[in-house]
Amino acid sequence: MNIQQSPNFKASDYKSGLTPVWCPGCGDFHVLLSVTKALAELGTPPENVAVISGIGCSSRIPAYTNCYGFHGVHGRSLALGAGLKVARPDLTVMVMSGDGDGFSIGGNHFLHACRRNVDMTYIVMDNRVYGMTKGQPSPTTEPDWDSALSPGGTGLSPFHPLVIALASGANFVAREFSGDIKGSTRTIVEAVRHPGFSFVEILSPCVTFRPDERQWKTQTHAASVEATDDPARAARRIMTDDGFNVGVLYRGRRKPYETHVSDLAGDPAILEEEFAV
Amino acid sequence: MTAGVTSKVIGSAGELLAHAYQMELEAQERYGYLADQMEMHNNADLAKLFRELARVEGIHAGDILEQMQGMQVPQINPLDYKWSGSESPEALDMGDMHYMMTPRQALLLALKAEQNAFEFFDHLLKSTDDEDTRRFAAEFAEEEQEHVELVLKELKKHPESDERTREDMDPPIQQE
Amino acid sequence: MKTPGELRKSISFAIIGSGGAGALTAGAILLETAGKAGWYGIMNRSVGPQIRGGEAAALVRLTTHPVDCMAESYDFVIAIDWRNADRFAAEMPLAADGLAIGDTAGGEVPDVIAASGITVAQMAMKDLAGSVQGGRENMIAAGLAAKLAGLPVDTLMAVVEAKLASKGDEAINASRACISIGVSEADRFEQSFHLDKPVTGSTGRWLITGNEAIGLGAVRGGIRFAAAYPITPATEVLEWLAPALTRVGGALVQAEDELASINMAIGASFGGRASITATSGPGLALMVEALGLATASEIPIVVVDVMRGGPSTGIPTKSEQSDLNIAVYGCHGDAPHIVVAPLSVADCLFTAQWAVHLAEAMQAPAIVLSDQSLGQARALVDRPADIAFVAKRNVLGSEVEEAYDRYALTGSGVSPMALPGTAGGQYTADGLTHTVKGVPSSKESDHQNQLDKRRDKIENFDYGNHWADIEISNDDCTDTQFTILTWGSLAGPAREAMHTLAAEGISVKLLAIRLISPFLKQNFLDALQGSQRILIVEQTHSGQFHEYLRAKCDIPGEVRHFHRAGPKLIGPAEICARIRDWKTS
Repeated sequence: MNIQQSPNFKASDYKSGLTPVWCPGCGDFHVLLSVTKALAELGTPPENVAVISGIGCSSRIPAYTNCYGFHGVHGRSLALGAGLKVARPDLTVMVMSGDGDGFSIGGNHFLHACRRNVDMTYIVMDNRVYGMTKGQPSPTTEPDWDSALSPGGTGLSPFHPLVIALASGANFVAREFSGDIKGSTRTIVEAVRHPGFSFVEILSPCVTFRPDERQWKTQTHAASVEATDDPARAARRIMTDDGFNVGVLYRGRRKPYETHVSDLAGDPAILEEEFAV
Repeated sequence: MTAGVTSKVIGSAGELLAHAYQMELEAQERYGYLADQMEMHNNADLAKLFRELARVEGIHAGDILEQMQGMQVPQINPLDYKWSGSESPEALDMGDMHYMMTPRQALLLALKAEQNAFEFFDHLLKSTDDEDTRRFAAEFAEEEQEHVELVLKELKKHPESDERTREDMDPPIQQE
Repeated sequence: MKTPGELRKSISFAIIGSGGAGALTAGAILLETAGKAGWYGIMNRSVGPQIRGGEAAALVRLTTHPVDCMAESYDFVIAIDWRNADRFAAEMPLAADGLAIGDTAGGEVPDVIAASGITVAQMAMKDLAGSVQGGRENMIAAGLAAKLAGLPVDTLMAVVEAKLASKGDEAINASRACISIGVSEADRFEQSFHLDKPVTGSTGRWLITGNEAIGLGAVRGGIRFAAAYPITPATEVLEWLAPALTRVGGALVQAEDELASINMAIGASFGGRASITATSGPGLALMVEALGLATASEIPIVVVDVMRGGPSTGIPTKSEQSDLNIAVYGCHGDAPHIVVAPLSVADCLFTAQWAVHLAEAMQAPAIVLSDQSLGQARALVDRPADIAFVAKRNVLGSEVEEAYDRYALTGSGVSPMALPGTAGGQYTADGLTHTVKGVPSSKESDHQNQLDKRRDKIENFDYGNHWADIEISNDDCTDTQFTILTWGSLAGPAREAMHTLAAEGISVKLLAIRLISPFLKQNFLDALQGSQRILIVEQTHSGQFHEYLRAKCDIPGEVRHFHRAGPKLIGPAEICARIRDWKTS
């Protein structure tokens, strides 16, 4: 066999040997596949990638990769990721979360991560339900979705992640459907390459508590408009969105958060001068 | 979003082999992965079935690898394969799974995947004039057709009349 | 009344003023002047609730010898105005031979001072300052205080000139003129409170706050990342670190809240950089969950808690030691970690540096329990000794074995940590109970093994003799009857009480605990060997320290307990009084 150019990495190189605990049919399997394919496409060695998460079904993902991972506490993955990226700018940092973890308990961090614009990628697997705790409504759940905790539905307006990301200053905003492996892979690659904070919402069905979401496979469709770098245009589009447009909405040009960490450390003795009387 | 036939031209036998190999490899990996999932969820019948399908695809992948010896085979990035669907035509969509899936339901999905694979090569056979490419496309289409027959034969062992609705007698477990 | 010329080892004074009168600036300038002239000292402050223009008191103590606490009585108070001064009056009881000088144009003398029987004098500071173009009352107060304390006026002038260099000659000249007025006004008073000559042999003097000292200690220890969310009285730690870290190749990130700041620190430390955050009680309450995460996932971090009055928002500007319980017991589950407490302003440097060393060596969180009385006090101290403690983490090398187990069970409990970028070291840090590989597990054996590992590494560590300061006032005396047992910032008052009592012929041992958790029971009992009467002293309402010690061991001998909530700091005289009472009872 004469392979003209040997690829550095295959998608399977980014997968660990652990079998996920996710229910068969769960969209998160697709997301894991898309992420590993995207990393293969990017060609970043697995040891130079960190996958950071919080709590929930989606947040189990780091251990299923062969990258460095951190499965932290509920809602704080973006803070873990930002600290890591600022301290280690050489790493590719991907923060992965779910709609409960990312938008409810972690909602404030989401706003400020968008603002701060640290160069990392934030993927939220949105299934509009808390799965790990047996099916409670999340911030993206429809108001009339019935559950034991909120009988008859919450009656609350769902949270609109893309609108909020855009309004908060995220530098790259996209939505994908988990089952569209190619589209998701392509968008994740672009999100990682895009400077600053990139946000990708991936609609990822929960087949156990939201079997109706299997329909997303036919409901999602490619957005009919091209991505824009004009936040005003992006905002107008997203406000009339049906929730099932997939693709890149916005590519911003904001300067990423900058620090200048260096191992060529100055001698702390220089800090003592100010104290001498 | 489903697997599908090619919509772009495959120009050489080497390129075709690269696609065929990748297709079998992904099918093998997918069946193996689905077997893992079913094992995790204690659906032993399906785990066994998927494991067997993975084995068959593995043999096929090995055969293609042998055929690739001495050929000019291009390296193709994951996003550049020319099947029109989201994944290679022969890979089952993981989104169609269910932990209490029956062998018949799984075989119907496998049948669709094998038919997709057949269509991929058959379409190619009809749309290219390149002699070498046609030769391989014909050969692979025939093999996929054999797989289709195999799955159909297996399906006969699981007639619809035998299907029993499976029910989980336990509530879901909260984990975190 | 003292006759001029009688020299003192310690003097205390307060300068108060409101509406931006510059009382705190005057105090700081006088402290620096004393330092340049070779004395020691410490300054704290008491302030009203306003952000600008509020009433403020600079509380200054100058001494001939190193000093770690404020005095309990004041020799003189200078009021630029008396407006709202009653707010502070209780905090600055004047000595019987004390002197209160103020401008009654700005309010009446507070009743508590007027009724105390001390000399109260009027000085028209506002008018006097008005006589100088660009004159300021606080410089008159500074000149007055310098002269009363016997500080060299030339040195004061030099300090002020350096401070005002950027403001130009006009401002400098106005200040010089005002200082001169203050100095000559001092001649009106019979009293003087002159300091004796300072002890010699010092290696140079530093002027530093506890919060700055923590920052410097942290950087010396190897901290190169900080995450910050502002909170009184800890903010200065972070504000000092921001430019300092930049100068040594590190970075500080301002977070959106304390939940984020501690998680950022954990993230950065996961990446291999020694990391810190600083907060006060309300922030620590928010950080507790992540402290558990750092414990379980074995990521070293240092969390500084500059304690203030609690619970809830409490008294943000006043000191208390009441976060001891949350620092030790705040985490849910069994979560062994390190809690240390600096014993003085200067010791903030040592203890912070040690905390970095401990956290990094044991891959665990370390909490530094400072408090407002240390953090915001500015002290003249001997230049602290250089210490060798630096961050030294057991990191997985580049030669990775086939099967790397991040949480391997080792004899010490510490297992090599792979840093991102190390090929073959990939693992997922997890707050879930995990196997040696870091894979989530609910197996009994995994849970037990990892709990044991995390306990052992902390309990088996060699803390050397830094766990406490143990001092005996009289070396000849082996069977010391009295022991003052305390922790953190109260070590200073306790030490001073010990020296005072020794001068009276009462021999006292001091046991001031720096390492709060883990509790070194054997060291503790050994240190108390021979002690018959133990006075436990702490600044909490409920007696948290006493209960903590009782929970850990049977304290030998007879025990008495002196505890009080803030804001009124426990001072040496109160401690002395309790020992004297005990002796005669």
